[in-house]
Amino acid sequence: MNKKYTVLVTDNNESFACYANENLLKGMTRLGHKGIPVGCRNGGCGVCKVQIKSGEYEAKIMSREHVSVAEESEGIALACRVFPKSDIELSVLGKMKQKDFFASIS
Amino acid sequence: MAITGVMRPGHVMLNVLDIDESVKHYCENMGLIETDRDKQGRVYLKCWDEHDWFSVVLQKNDSPGMDHMAFKVDTQESLLRLEANLKEFGCNVERVAAGELNHCGERVRFDSPTGHTFEIYVEKDVYGNGLPTTNPAPWPEGLKGMQAVRFDHCLLYGDDLDGSVKLFTEALEFDVAEQVVDGELQIAAFLSCSHKAHDIAFIRHEEKNKIHHASFMLNTWENVLRAADIISMKDIPLDIGPTRHGLTRGQTIYFFDPSGNRNEVFCEDSYRYPDSPVLTWTPDHLGQAIFYHSRELNDRFLNVVT
Repeated sequence: MNKKYTVLVTDNNESFACYANENLLKGMTRLGHKGIPVGCRNGGCGVCKVQIKSGEYEAKIMSREHVSVAEESEGIALACRVFPKSDIELSVLGKMKQKDFFASIS
Repeated sequence: MAITGVMRPGHVMLNVLDIDESVKHYCENMGLIETDRDKQGRVYLKCWDEHDWFSVVLQKNDSPGMDHMAFKVDTQESLLRLEANLKEFGCNVERVAAGELNHCGERVRFDSPTGHTFEIYVEKDVYGNGLPTTNPAPWPEGLKGMQAVRFDHCLLYGDDLDGSVKLFTEALEFDVAEQVVDGELQIAAFLSCSHKAHDIAFIRHEEKNKIHHASFMLNTWENVLRAADIISMKDIPLDIGPTRHGLTRGQTIYFFDPSGNRNEVFCEDSYRYPDSPVLTWTPDHLGQAIFYHSRELNDRFLNVVT
């Protein structure tokens, strides 16, 4: 059975539903919720890095450049690789950089 | 135009988190063809309309990105001349033995000011493009997915843009075909060694040795739209497109492979010669340069790299 869980993003207090067979980022974007930056969505770029504060989950393989073995053991993961096994509470660590191409003009 | 020296991009080696998922993506979704696997587990792929044995090598690694990009050179004499240029430029240059990559001759490997690793080589075994060389049909049967025609170029991100542009123009005889310039500062350079709008491109970025995308050519805008259908059908993460770039005029779509490496498939309706003028874009037209129709910059497209 495809269970449905609730994910709470503590940074903006937004919560969304996430099915057991989808990753947290997919759950967030499915109905247009926001809070975690959306990058490559395949575990490589690091922008969706989160700290899982509570809840059980399984994490698929992700880039070691962005999440070290030590970090992973502390509950740090890339949201696009996390599949919930219970309700989840998380805070956002990653960010989308902003390229300032107009620095010289301003 | 007689091409001497570097003829074209020869191959790119990409680091991937999972080999099986990656082979499935590049072959089933994009239409590349697996042509070999070696003892180290590296997988060799080619696009259908290429004659050489491979243009993409997938290598399992802890983090994604580009291992190196290699260019094919016309003759051994040119290789020696370019090797001497690279040494004079100040690159760390080494020779990699023939056969280190299956089906590939000796490669001259060198570093660059932006931290990327490049190679040049002369010999690669011929696999064929699936058609006879006498009275060929226009395309072979059995192609899958997007049916990528050839590996076209990479766009790379690095800090010392000026240094790598100097390397490619002075040591490797490329021309700057198109650029983004902010006053005196070159932000992006699109370099060509051929008739194409670009064979390699660099964008200024604070980190070294990053890849923005590996790009594969399609023949028509309709093929690009069909690729957009496949991206949705196969639940591939879409980045931007389908749309047109102002810069290079490319009709394009971007998406991510299973490790987060960005891919592009595109078709182009521009060409250049060595005497073509350099085209320049300014920051106030950057929206249009990248997204000719919507004209809005996109943080994910600009900043997400592997």
